[in-house]
Amino acid sequence: MSDIRYLAPQTLDDAVAQYAAAAGAARILAGGTDLLVQMRSGLKKPSTIVDVKKIPELTAIEETADGGFRVGAAVAGAVLEEHPTFGKVWPGVLEGLNLIGSTQIQGRASMGGNLCNGSPAGDSVPALVAAGAVATIAGPDGTRELKVEDVPAGPGKTNLKPGEILVSFTFPARPKGSSDAYLRMIPRTEMDIAVVGVGVSLTLENGTCTAARVGLGAVAPTVLLVHGAAEAIIGTKLDDAAIEKAAAACSAACNPIDDKRGTIAYRTKVAGVLFKRTLAIAAERAGRA
Amino acid sequence: MNDQSHKWIGKRTIRPDGADKVTGRAAYAADATMPGMVWGKVLRSPHPHAVIKSIDTSKAEALPGVKAVATAADFVDFPVDTPVPLGIQDMRWMSRNMLAKEKVLFHGHPIAAVAATSEEIAAEACALIEVDYDVLPFAIEIDDALAKDAPILHDFIEFEGRKSNIAGTLEHKLGDVEAGFAEADVIVERSFTTKPVHQGYIETHACVVSVAPDDRTTIWSSSQGQFMVRAMTAYLTGIPQSHIKAIPAEIGGGFGGKTIVYLEPVATILSKKSGRPVKMVMTREEVMRATGPTSGSKSTVKIGAKKDGTIVAGQGTFYLQAGCLPGSPIRGAAGCAFAPYDIKNVHSFGYDVVSNRSKVAAYRAPGAPIGAFAVECVLDEVAEKLGMDPLKLRLKNAAKEGTKAAHGPTFPRIGYAETVEEALNSTHYKTPLTGKYQGRGVASGFWFNAGGESSAQVNITEDGNVVVTTGHPDIGGSRASIANITAELLGIDYDQVSVQIGDTATIGYSNLTGGSRVLFASAMVVTESTEQVIEQLKGRAAKIWGIDPSQVVWENGEARPMGEHSANFPSMSLEELAAKANATGGPIGAGSQSNTVGAEGGFATHVCDVEVDVDLGIVRVIRYTCFQDVGRAIHPSYVEGQLQGGMAQGIGWALNEEYIYDKNGRVDNPGFLDYRMPVCSDLPMLDCGIIEIPNPKHPQGVRGVGEVPLVPGPAAVRNAVYDALGIRIDDLPLSPPSVLAAIDANSRQAAE
Ligand SMILES: Cc1cc2nc3c(=O)[nH]c(=O)nc-3n(C[C@H](O)[C@H](O)[C@H](O)COP(=O)(O)OP(=O)(O)OC[C@H]3O[C@@H](n4cnc5c(N)ncnc54)[C@H](O)[C@@H]3O)c2cc1C
Repeated sequence: MSDIRYLAPQTLDDAVAQYAAAAGAARILAGGTDLLVQMRSGLKKPSTIVDVKKIPELTAIEETADGGFRVGAAVAGAVLEEHPTFGKVWPGVLEGLNLIGSTQIQGRASMGGNLCNGSPAGDSVPALVAAGAVATIAGPDGTRELKVEDVPAGPGKTNLKPGEILVSFTFPARPKGSSDAYLRMIPRTEMDIAVVGVGVSLTLENGTCTAARVGLGAVAPTVLLVHGAAEAIIGTKLDDAAIEKAAAACSAACNPIDDKRGTIAYRTKVAGVLFKRTLAIAAERAGRA
Repeated sequence: MNDQSHKWIGKRTIRPDGADKVTGRAAYAADATMPGMVWGKVLRSPHPHAVIKSIDTSKAEALPGVKAVATAADFVDFPVDTPVPLGIQDMRWMSRNMLAKEKVLFHGHPIAAVAATSEEIAAEACALIEVDYDVLPFAIEIDDALAKDAPILHDFIEFEGRKSNIAGTLEHKLGDVEAGFAEADVIVERSFTTKPVHQGYIETHACVVSVAPDDRTTIWSSSQGQFMVRAMTAYLTGIPQSHIKAIPAEIGGGFGGKTIVYLEPVATILSKKSGRPVKMVMTREEVMRATGPTSGSKSTVKIGAKKDGTIVAGQGTFYLQAGCLPGSPIRGAAGCAFAPYDIKNVHSFGYDVVSNRSKVAAYRAPGAPIGAFAVECVLDEVAEKLGMDPLKLRLKNAAKEGTKAAHGPTFPRIGYAETVEEALNSTHYKTPLTGKYQGRGVASGFWFNAGGESSAQVNITEDGNVVVTTGHPDIGGSRASIANITAELLGIDYDQVSVQIGDTATIGYSNLTGGSRVLFASAMVVTESTEQVIEQLKGRAAKIWGIDPSQVVWENGEARPMGEHSANFPSMSLEELAAKANATGGPIGAGSQSNTVGAEGGFATHVCDVEVDVDLGIVRVIRYTCFQDVGRAIHPSYVEGQLQGGMAQGIGWALNEEYIYDKNGRVDNPGFLDYRMPVCSDLPMLDCGIIEIPNPKHPQGVRGVGEVPLVPGPAAVRNAVYDALGIRIDDLPLSPPSVLAAIDANSRQAAE
C-alpha cells in the first residue's frame, strides 16, 4: 500500500486550502465509518486524508438567533444525542442519526458523512430532507448553501464541487405544534441497511396540518422529497382519506430497483405502509409538543 | 450414577479459556507470527465455469517482493477415476477445491497462490497472473443443473447412462410404502426448497505454516481438527504425516465449516518454495464466496396416517446441492428425516447435485435440518387434517427403545418421547397466544451423533495437580466439561485440573471436532486414563504402607487403607502421593486411545412463537424453547450454549439467511451486511428444556448435544408462521419480501 498523508487542520480556511491543494486525490474524513471501510476493501484509495473533526464549525451545535439550530457536519451521533434541546425539537432527525450502526459507530458517525457518502439508504438523510435542513458548504470559491435534498447526485455521488467541504446543517425555527419522525424498514432489528426509510416533519394547529414535508429513502437513486405526500395532508385533519392519498403518493414516487435488499414490488408497497406509521408518530409528537 | 454424589458433574464451573478470550490473550490462528514471515494470497476465478487453457505466472514471479507462486501443478495429483477417501472427504475433490485443476467451477474458485513480503504485493502479483480461459455456460440452482440441456460440470459423472450433474444417490427403505399409503386415511404431500446457508463463524480461515529445508513442517491453524489438517496437508503436498506438526489455535467458531482445509496445504507449498514461513488469512468476502455453506435443497415429502393418528407411510425425495464437486450431506437429509418416528413403511431417497457454486462443507447436523424441514412441515398439516394436536401426533408415533429406524439401527433407550412430553407439559406450550398475527409452531429433529477415535493422557504433576491432554479443538466448552469429569473421578477440586489440547506431535490421533462427538469420545478415553491413574495411586499408597493394593480405596481425592488396615495408616492425598512418586516408582500418569462406539442418536423438539407484521412481511420470533434429550449435562451452561446457538442458527436459516446470486453467477451478498444472520436484538431469550436420559453406553451418560438443536428450527418457525397467517409457505427463507408476497397473493386469491 502506498503511504497516505493524514492532515488534521484546526480551521476551516486551512482545511479548504489543504483539501484544494491535494486536488482530486484527497478525501475528507469525518467519523470514517464509511471511508475507512471503503479504504480497507480497496474501493477508495486516497493519497491524502483531511480530518475535519478538529474544526470548530464542523463540530459545534448551536442555537441560531432566529430560534433554529446549526449542527456541524462532523458531529457524531452520540454527541448530538447528549445535546439538551436538539432532540426535543427534532426527534426525527436525531432518531435517524442514532439508528446508524451500533454504540461504537455512534461514537463517530456523522450526518455530514452519511449525506456525503451518497447512499440513497443513508438513515439520517430522509429526516434531514423532511426537516428542510440547509447545508452550508465551503470551498475555494467561498461559501454557499444547498438544500439537503439537492446535495446527493446519485449513488455515491454528491453535487459538491471539487474542493468543497460540507460545514454544517441549519434547521429552521419551529412553530408550536411541530415535530418529526423517522422510520426505516430493515429485515433485522439492528445492524442493517434501510430497504425503505421515511422521514416526516409536520406542524399541527388545532389538529389541522398546516405544514408538512416528507423525505423518502432507499427507493430511488437519491433520497426524495415527496411533494405529493405533503400536499395530500396539508390542510387536512389527517383523516384516513388524506393519509391514504399521501401514502399512495409515496408509493408512486418510488423508482426502486430489484436487488438483494428488496424487490420493486416490496419497496413500493412498504413506502406507503411506512409513511403512515411515521406520520402517526410525528403527529403524536406534534400533538404533545 | 447417583446424582447427589456428584460434586463436579453437572456444575457450572468457570471455563478455563474464558478469561483469555475476554481479555484478548487467547491466540487465534491469525495472531500467529514468525520472523521472516511472508504473506500468501489466492487468485480466484472471475468466471463461474470455464476451462483453464493455460496459466502464466512469470509476471507475478518477476514482481519485486514475490517469494513464491504456486498452482495445482505443485501439488499431488489425484486422478478423477481413483477414489482417495479420507473420512467423509475424497482427496480427488479436496485437491480440486483447494486449487482448480482442469476447470474453474465457481466464481471465486482458487486458481493460484502467491507468497510475498506484504499482503499488498501478494495481491498485486495475483493480478499479474495470466489465465487463459475457455468460458462455459454455468448452472447455479438445482433445477438449472438438472435441466435437459444443463451445462455438465464433470465429464466423468454419469447417471442413468448419461453425463449428468447428479453425482450420487442414497436410498433408505423400510417396509412397503405403497402398501402403507393404501392403509392411510389422510395423505399429505408437499414440495419445499431451502437456500444454502453459511456456518457464519466469526473467525475467518487462517494459518501460518513454516516448512524447514528438510520438509519438517509446522502448521498453526484454526480448524476443527489438527489431525485432519495434518492428514489432508500430507495427502495434498506429499509430505509425510510424521514430518508435519499441526498446532491447533483457539478457534473462533466452526460449526462444521472448519472440518476441511482450504489454506494449509497451499501455505505449506508456498513456504516450501519460498523457504519462509507463510501466513494466509481469508477475508470475509473470500469466506462467503469460496468456503462451504451447507446445501440448498429441494424436496418432496408424502406422509400417510390413519384416523387415530398412526403414521403408516413416509416417503421423501431430497435433492441437495453439493456445490461444484461431489459430496452433499444426503445421508443427513434422507437418513434423519423420518428418524424420530416409529413408521413401519419408509422410503427416503437423496440426490447429490453438482452446480457452479462453492463446494458445500459440513454445517451442524449436515443435511438433517433439510430433511426435517420437509417432514416436520408435512406432519404439521397431517395433524391439522386429523384434527390432532401436532405434538400429540408426534408423541403417538414417537420412536422408542426397540424401534427400527429406516437408516438402519434399532434404537436403544432414547429420550425422544420425553422431549415431546416435556414440550406438551411446558408452560410455554400451555400459555395462550395473545396477538392477532401471532402463531405457534412445533417440530422435532434427530441427529446420528458420532463416536470415533480419541486419545487422552492424564498426568499427575509433581505438586499433585492434574494435566489432561486431549486431541480435539474445543469449540463448545469441552475443556471445562473434561475438567468436571476428571475432578469428579479423582475426587479433587476443579481448579486442580488443567485441560490442554495437544498438537499432533504430543497426543495420539484424535478425530476431528464434529458429529457432536467430542465430549462423548474424549470423556471415554479421559475416564479410562483417569481410572488407570487411580489404580496407580492406590498402588503407590499400598507400597508406602506395605499392604496389598487391593486393600486401598480411592475416595474424596485420597488413598485410604481399608479392612484390617483401616486404622493403621492415615489416608494420603494426591499431593502427598505425587511428592513421593519418584520413590514409589516414577511419574504418575496414563494414556488411553480408542475408537469409541455407542454414541447413539440425539433428539429434540422445538416450540416457536412468532408475530408477523403483516404490512411489512416481517416475522419476529417472540418465544422459543428447545426440549432436548442431552444424555447427561456435564456442564449445563455449555449444553445451554449449544442449544441456544442451534436455535439461533435455525431461526436465521428460516428467516433471512440465503445466498443471492447475480445473473453472472456471482454471489451478490458476500458479507454480513446482506447475508443476514440474526443479531441479538432479533431473538427473544432462547429457553432450554434440558432432559437427561443418560446414554447407557457411556460412563457418564453423555450424548452428543451440539447438532440436534439446529435440526427442528426451520420447520418450527415455518409452522408458527402458518399458525399466524393461515398460509403455508414452503420456500425458505421467510424474508420480508417473500412473506409479504405470500400474504398479498393469499388476499388476492381470497378476493377472487
Ligand atoms: C458497522 C456499521 C454500521 C452502519 N450502519 C449504518 C446504518 O444503520 N445506517 C446508515 O445510514 N449508515 C450506516 N453505516 C454507514 C456509516 O456509519 C454512516 O453513513 C455514517 O453516517 C458516516 O459518517 P462518518 O462521519 O463516519 O463518515 P466518513 O466515513 O468520515 O465519510 C463518509 C464520506 O463522506 C465524505 N465526507 C464526510 N464528511 C464530509 C464533509 N464534511 N464534507 C465533504 N465530504 C465529507 C467522506 O470523504 C466520505 O466519502 C454503518 C457503518 C458501519 C461500519
